[in-house]
Amino acid sequence: MIRLSVTKKLSGAEGPFDLSVDLSFSSESLVTLYGKSGSGKTTLLRILAGLEKPENGYIEVNDQVWFNSSAKINLPPQKRKVGLVFQDYALFPTMTIMENLQFAQGKKEQRKINDLLELTGLAELRERYPSTLSGGQQQRVALARAIIREPAILLLDEPLSALDQNTRTILQDEILKFHKRFGLTTILVSHDKQEVFKLSDSVAMIECGKITRQGTPLEVFLDRTTSNKFSFASTILSIRKVDCIYLAVIGAGNEIVEVVLSESDIETLRVGDEVLVASKAFNPIVVKL
Amino acid sequence: MINFEPLYLTLKLAGLTTAILYAIGLPAAWFLSQSRMRMKPLIEAVLALPLVLPPSVLGFYFLLAFSRQGWLGAAWETVFDHQLAFSFDGLVLGSVIFSLPFMVHPLQAGFNAVPRNLSEASYSLGKSKLETIAKVILPSMKSSLLTGGVLAFAHTVGEFGVVLMIGGSIEGKTKVASIAIYDLVESLDYQSAHIYAAILFAFSFTILLTVYLVNKKLDIR
Repeated sequence: MIRLSVTKKLSGAEGPFDLSVDLSFSSESLVTLYGKSGSGKTTLLRILAGLEKPENGYIEVNDQVWFNSSAKINLPPQKRKVGLVFQDYALFPTMTIMENLQFAQGKKEQRKINDLLELTGLAELRERYPSTLSGGQQQRVALARAIIREPAILLLDEPLSALDQNTRTILQDEILKFHKRFGLTTILVSHDKQEVFKLSDSVAMIECGKITRQGTPLEVFLDRTTSNKFSFASTILSIRKVDCIYLAVIGAGNEIVEVVLSESDIETLRVGDEVLVASKAFNPIVVKL
Repeated sequence: MINFEPLYLTLKLAGLTTAILYAIGLPAAWFLSQSRMRMKPLIEAVLALPLVLPPSVLGFYFLLAFSRQGWLGAAWETVFDHQLAFSFDGLVLGSVIFSLPFMVHPLQAGFNAVPRNLSEASYSLGKSKLETIAKVILPSMKSSLLTGGVLAFAHTVGEFGVVLMIGGSIEGKTKVASIAIYDLVESLDYQSAHIYAAILFAFSFTILLTVYLVNKKLDIR
């Protein structure tokens, strides 16, 4: 169980605001912090990692106190078992891939490194330096480096936002694979709805330092009074049966929409398929913005 | 036969000065790159003074401080039992202060240029500050380390005014190459002056060329 309740004054682009967050979630879940840039997501992640100090509150991870302002407890980053993955990877440029992993590992267990290198498909790149790798490969190394210490929490700060869509999809699958295989507790910062939908068990939407909505991706993103009409090139994110019909969640650009499918549609459509979704517009809902 | 003593003294002085400057400059530059205290501009200004002051001004103040009547000179004499002014130790001490900005500035710029998330990644991997500096930060700023060392060394080799004021051109003790050339020219021995000057010239040029070549290689990687 991870429980945190922290407050901190932040200075944003539109003046100062208070970061004030209460959040608790169970171990081995994947939680996403979703929100616009400047809303305090990254700061919250840095507070968890011990890189920034909140003014008040507490952080408890698996019954261990990491921070408690009234008891004056504040574990340094070194004492918190976190795995940190940055948007720009932050690999050590003067070390090879192998040396990056060896440096990260506390006690030397070469076999574990080799296993992880195999698992991430990095084995052949082990003697290369980070600057000679592609973005996707670098992020894979960063992920492996964060995981090798078996962290209590894996913190991913917009890890895929610098990558192209294709690489992104592949790495989303890998993050999910690692998350499940190693039983990790993962917090992801993202502002990509499709990514959030695909990866997370629960989402906390942050606006101006406060959590405004929280729940499963379906609850958070589909809670709206209107849905989009007309046609979109989309991806099927999930299909489920409700009574005698099928409901599919599709991602169109940055939007998530739920549509009804018939039995015959299901025979040809699979999760992950690229589809065109169209709706006749004879009853459009037009709302002035 | 040409006397190599001044050249040897110059190298010894520059080598010692550079070694001491690494020891002082690294912590100082690290502190300045991390510090957000209000006194920082004041410290930076004091450190940079040797860049702008005429060497004679510095040399004059050093002479006052290093002499038997000066506070530093008096203290030195009670501890080490010899005079600080007009001694090789005095030259080293003066050179260290005089060349300090040439070491600290490149190192400070180097520390600032290493992305902060590299050290944060290292901390989150359980590494202490010291281990992070030694294994992550310093290897990432090799060209700054090289530049700082070479500038400090070269600047000490090229020192004249301060060395003249506090050294007093004593044969075999404080008469370094730059002073020797001055003395030779004054006594109209142009031929010997030429030899010293040419050696210093070639030596300095070679060092600087090597630095630029190595730095270019470091930058490419």
